[in-house]
Amino acid sequence: MKQNDNDIHAADTRDSSWRAELRAAMPAKERTAIPRAAMPQLDPAYRITCNEEVNRGLDEEQAVAEATRCLDCPDPQCVTGCPVNIDIPGFIKNIQRGETLEAAAILKRTSALPAVCGRVCPQERQCESRCIYNKMKRPPVAIGYLERFAADTERRALADGAHPDIDKAAPNGLRVAVAGSGPCALSFAGDMARRGFEVDVFEALHEIGGVLKYGIPEFRLPNAVVDSELDNLRRLGVRFHTDIVIGKTLSYDDLIERGYSGLFVASGAGLPRFMGIPGENFIGVMSSNEYLTRINLMGAGSPDAATPVARGRRVAVIGGGNTAMDSVRTARRMGAERAMIVYRRSLAEMPARIEEVEHAKEEGVEFLTLCNPVEYLADENGRVCAMRVQRMELGQPDASGRRSPVPIPGAIDEIEVDEVIVSVGVSPNPLIPDSISGLEVTNRGTIAVDGNLRSSIPLIFAGGDIVRGGATVILAMGDGRRAAAAMAAQLLEQNK
Amino acid sequence: MFNIIEKEHFSEKVVKLVVEAPEIARARKPGHFVIVRTGSKGERIPLTIADADPVAGTITLVVQAVGDSTRLLCELSAGDSLTDLVGPLGRSTEIRHHTEGAVVCCGGGVGVAPLLPIIKAMKAAGNRVISVLAARSRDLIILEDEVRAHSDEVIIMTDDGSYGRKGLVTAGVEEVLQRETVAEVVTIGPPVMMKFVALLTRKYNVPTLCSLNTIMVDGTGMCGACRVNVGGKMRFVCVDGPEFDAHQVDFDEMMMRMRAYDKQKP
Repeated sequence: MKQNDNDIHAADTRDSSWRAELRAAMPAKERTAIPRAAMPQLDPAYRITCNEEVNRGLDEEQAVAEATRCLDCPDPQCVTGCPVNIDIPGFIKNIQRGETLEAAAILKRTSALPAVCGRVCPQERQCESRCIYNKMKRPPVAIGYLERFAADTERRALADGAHPDIDKAAPNGLRVAVAGSGPCALSFAGDMARRGFEVDVFEALHEIGGVLKYGIPEFRLPNAVVDSELDNLRRLGVRFHTDIVIGKTLSYDDLIERGYSGLFVASGAGLPRFMGIPGENFIGVMSSNEYLTRINLMGAGSPDAATPVARGRRVAVIGGGNTAMDSVRTARRMGAERAMIVYRRSLAEMPARIEEVEHAKEEGVEFLTLCNPVEYLADENGRVCAMRVQRMELGQPDASGRRSPVPIPGAIDEIEVDEVIVSVGVSPNPLIPDSISGLEVTNRGTIAVDGNLRSSIPLIFAGGDIVRGGATVILAMGDGRRAAAAMAAQLLEQNK
Repeated sequence: MFNIIEKEHFSEKVVKLVVEAPEIARARKPGHFVIVRTGSKGERIPLTIADADPVAGTITLVVQAVGDSTRLLCELSAGDSLTDLVGPLGRSTEIRHHTEGAVVCCGGGVGVAPLLPIIKAMKAAGNRVISVLAARSRDLIILEDEVRAHSDEVIIMTDDGSYGRKGLVTAGVEEVLQRETVAEVVTIGPPVMMKFVALLTRKYNVPTLCSLNTIMVDGTGMCGACRVNVGGKMRFVCVDGPEFDAHQVDFDEMMMRMRAYDKQKP
């Protein structure tokens, strides 16, 4: 059986002759003089009128030039900055030599959804933060752009009829069930299918894709990209079932009775958090999950969709994460004249990807930093009409080393708003933990797992946000991978 | 999937749909609800389950046309199918056997539909069940025969006096509270009705359960649109409910929130 975990293909190692030739072909000084590729983007004035993807992707010439910048370091630190340790120089050098499909194959060995990660990973905090170029005070190699380029090139080749690479072990006769269909679930499903398992993915919503569909907007991650990843999984034999809630429609016992050998729970984080301040239940105050789900999943805002959504003229989005940026940029596209990010720390502490912050600024989003809402006010119908915000300043560093925001006494302003989107994180969804008796949860409500992502019930593994409580797409995918490796080993051993 | 097997008009705006949904029919318990979607651009709307037949693999939904999505649903006929149907969702009703005192189940309008499985279960658990059914007029009283079959006594109240007694549901409930020991009241209906039932039973200090039907999008805990204030705490109807201690629910805030999209709907 072929293992998918980063096995070393002789042809791809740094020592292979073609890699040595590429390194010798151009002196480092010349490489480092090449400017970092600029991502072609839609014009801000145009993009706020539509949902089209903002980043257009590098063309081949740009990609090869960018790949040439990579020095193919003997001890590449970028790999250690990647949560799933993608062979970054390996795929980049394949782009440089024109073997982009080989580059895509290298990515797929480690990442189930490279077209997604190339678009949504916070590269500046991961791989790119460790690039040798940073030490030279130059911008790092655009690893994320190149990952996207490789994945998109492969996707176009498949669409043009290229033969898909279905690398799959012979069926082993075992069936596994997956609860949820987000990045963690999909990465698990793909790996198990490749290992010869029959895989059924059960999704509670009417669309497959989890946060990739209901959460991340089209302008950042087009549904067509997600759909083509789903098609790849279908080709591997993965079966998808919508409208089924594991723990409700089908219980764990039902699954075992129906011949499943194991269950992987990747049901996501779920419950939106609110701040518990006065007025938070007024009409027009909602979670980012609600706002984005109405628009991205239900199509609210398009003329033929039955689901309504409020179209605020003055919209405040509370929070500084990627979901907050997605919400505020969506609000601009929904016609908000004033779209504001309200964040209690300063710009430097903001957890969102830098690119999303930059894009938001270009699109006219206002950033009210060091500013924390303390109360919402409403009109006589209970519709929110203003918020009171407490101005903050940065105080002493807290336990995490970050300077924590402290209120400036008396510095409270009132700002007119007619829509507020609360994006301050999520709590684990209790739906599955509550409905499987004997499944241990942590005091935070996440499913308790061991180092192999195995829960207190030996045939149930879990990963992604239901275990982590809230993380990135790439970490969720990494969990799916690890759980697949561990569960496959366990099930194959038990059923020998 | 989700074929409509049978359709019956209870009144001009209220229909009963028997829908093929074997997994839900098998898994559902009193108190559970489902999310229904009609058409590829349709809205996800929560509906309570009125009945289920695990052998036939069907569930019964009672729908009142109040907005676009429910009207569309009411226009479907036997032979049509629902685009999506997911459930059973929410927590099921805690059915207790009360050795002392009756259980009063009071339903208003289509609220009688989700009340029926609770009436059946309360009766089956050995309780003395008194059902109070209320509606504006005679033609809006639904499921009367089914309720009678599982109740020790049925009191019918209509606003216009066209059937049963003239008056509000609270008059019927209060009559029982005054004449005998009541261990528990279950109330399902329009929010304003549940609010007044709760005010009444609080006066008599009788534990009261209500079932809320707030706005939802996903129905699985994700969006928070259904949040209500229960005893000063934020609770989600979809995963923490739909049933709550009626004495703790802030009905005024809930009614305000249910008007969130009134202006935008044609």
